[in-house]
Amino acid sequence: MFEPAEWAALALSLRVSLVAVLCSLPPAIAIAWLLARCRFWGHGLLSALVHLPLVLPPVVTGYLLLLTFGRNGAVGAFLAEWGVVFAFRWTGAALAAAIMGFPLMVRAIRLSLEAVDPRLEAAASTLGAGRIATFARVTLPLIAPGILAGAVLGFAKAMGEFGATITFVANIPGQTQTLPSAIYAFLQTPGGEDSALRLTLLAVAVALGAVVVSEWLARRVARRVGQA
Amino acid sequence: MTLAVTLAHAFGDFTLDVGFKAGPGVTALFGPSGAGKTSIANAVAGLFTPREGRIELGGRVLLDTAAKVNMSAHKRRIGVVFQDGRLFPHLDVAGNLAFGARYAPRGAPGPDRAEILALLGIEELLSRRPGTLSGGEKQRVALARALLARPEFLVMDEPLAALDGPRKDDILPYLEGLRDRARVPILYVSHSVSEIARLADRIVVLREGRVLRAGPVADVLSDPEMVPLVGVREAGSVFEAQVLGHDADGLSRLGVSGGTLILPRVDADPGKHIRIRVLAQDVLLSLESPKGLSSRNILPVRVEALHQGAGPGVAVSLRLGEDRLLARITARAAAELGLRPGLACHAILKATAVPRGDVGAAHE
Repeated sequence: MFEPAEWAALALSLRVSLVAVLCSLPPAIAIAWLLARCRFWGHGLLSALVHLPLVLPPVVTGYLLLLTFGRNGAVGAFLAEWGVVFAFRWTGAALAAAIMGFPLMVRAIRLSLEAVDPRLEAAASTLGAGRIATFARVTLPLIAPGILAGAVLGFAKAMGEFGATITFVANIPGQTQTLPSAIYAFLQTPGGEDSALRLTLLAVAVALGAVVVSEWLARRVARRVGQA
Repeated sequence: MTLAVTLAHAFGDFTLDVGFKAGPGVTALFGPSGAGKTSIANAVAGLFTPREGRIELGGRVLLDTAAKVNMSAHKRRIGVVFQDGRLFPHLDVAGNLAFGARYAPRGAPGPDRAEILALLGIEELLSRRPGTLSGGEKQRVALARALLARPEFLVMDEPLAALDGPRKDDILPYLEGLRDRARVPILYVSHSVSEIARLADRIVVLREGRVLRAGPVADVLSDPEMVPLVGVREAGSVFEAQVLGHDADGLSRLGVSGGTLILPRVDADPGKHIRIRVLAQDVLLSLESPKGLSSRNILPVRVEALHQGAGPGVAVSLRLGEDRLLARITARAAAELGLRPGLACHAILKATAVPRGDVGAAHE
C-alpha cells in the first residue's frame, strides 16, 4: 500500500523527532530550572534567546543553522574535525527539529517547575537531602507531568518541522527527506498527489496516536505524583 | 544537647533581635503572630539566614555570621515539623518515612522505626497517600518522618495550628509520649498557652522581635506580669499533681503540694503524676475559710505579688504549698479585701477551673 520512499520518509521523521526530543530534554530541563529558580544577570536575554525560534521565520532559523553548523560555519567546521557533521545529514534535521521544539519544551517544564512548592524542597533539606538529591527525589518526580507535556509538544513540533529543516539539510530522499518534506516533494511532482495524500493520512494517524498515548501517560503520571 | 541562639535581622520596620538557649527537654517559643517565631525556627533549621547571628548546637557551630559560617540545612541535623506538614505528595506514607530514614547517619541513636510508628499510631497508614490523610494524621506522619532522619534537635513550628480543637486533643498525647520517650530536645513554636502548658519545660516569651521572659514554664506562666501577654482568658498557672483516686460520682482526687483538688474525672491511673493548668479567671479569693459554698476546692494560700494592668483586673500570684497559683480578680475586690504580699487567705477553685484539654501527662 505504501511505497518504499514513503516508508523511508515516515521512518526518518520518527527517528529525527525521537532523537531531537531525547537529546534536547536534559538541556531543556536545565534551562527551565535556571529560568524558573535563579535570578541572574542576563536572565531576560536567555529567556529571549530560548524563545527566538518560536518567533523567527523557520527559514531564517534554518539559514542561521546553516551559517553556524554548515561545513564552513564556525561551529560546523570545528565539529567536522571530530567527525560530527550536521549539514545535509539526518542529524542536521534532528538538530533543526530540536531547536524549533526547544522553546515549547522549556516553557512547559518551566511552568511546572514554578508550580512546585519550594517549601517541599525546604522540607527535604531539613531531612538531610542535599540539593541534587532534593532535585532528583522531590522536584523531578513532581514536574514529571510537565516534562512529559514538554516532550510531547517537542515531538509534535519535530514531526511537523519543515521550513528550518529544508533550508538547513535540503530534501534528499532517504537521507533528509522527512514526512513534511516528502509531502512537499510529491506535490511538486506530476502524478505525486496519491503519494502526498497517503503520507498526509499517515501524518494524521501518527499525530492522533501521539495525542492518545500522551494523554494516557499524562493521566498515569499525574496520579503517580498525587496531583490527580 | 543544648541549642544556643543569638540573631538579629531587619524586615522593613520589624527588627528581630533575640538570644536564648533551648534544651534539654521541650522549650516553647511563645508569642503572638508577628513576634518573629517562625523566622527564628527557620534560622535554626537553616532555611533562613539572618543578617547577624550565631547558632550553636551542642558544640557544633551551625551559623556564625561573624566568622562567615553558615551550614546548609541538610547538614545541620535539625528536624522540622512544619505547620502544614509538607508531606511529599508523590510518595505514600511509607515512602515519606523512608525519605526521612534515607539520610539518617548510620548508628545515630534514637527510637527505631517500629517504635516510632507505634508511638505515633501510624502503622495502619503506611500505604495511604498524603492527600487522603486527615490533618492530624498528616502531622503524625510528618513527625515520624522528621524523627526517622535522626535529628539531634527537633523544631516544631506551630504543629497543631492547622488542626481544629478535637484533633489537637487527639495528637497532644502523642506529643507527650514523644517528649518522654524519644529523648530528642524540642523547640516548640506556638502561640497557644494551653499547648505550651501541657508540653513544655521551659518557655521563651517573644514580643515584637525581642525576648521578654525566659524560664521554667511553671514560673513564667504563674507570674502576674505575664497575664497581659498571655491574655486574660488564657492566663493560668501550671503545676504538677498526683492522682490520688477516682470516686464513684465521676470526680477525681488530685494531690498538689498545698492540698487536695477535686476535679471532674481525669484520664490517668491513681499514683500517676499529671500536669494541670488552672485558669486564673476561675480562681476566687476569700479572707476567711468560706462555709456553705458549693465548691469543694478551698485551699489555704499566701499572697505573693499583685500586678495591675491597664484594665479593671488585678493578677494575684499566690503561694500554694511549693507551687504558685494565679488568680485574676477585679481591682476593686483586691482593694476592699486589702490584699497585699504576705497576706494569708483562701483560694477557691471551681471544678471547671482545669479545662479537660489542660490535663496532661507530667514529663517523666
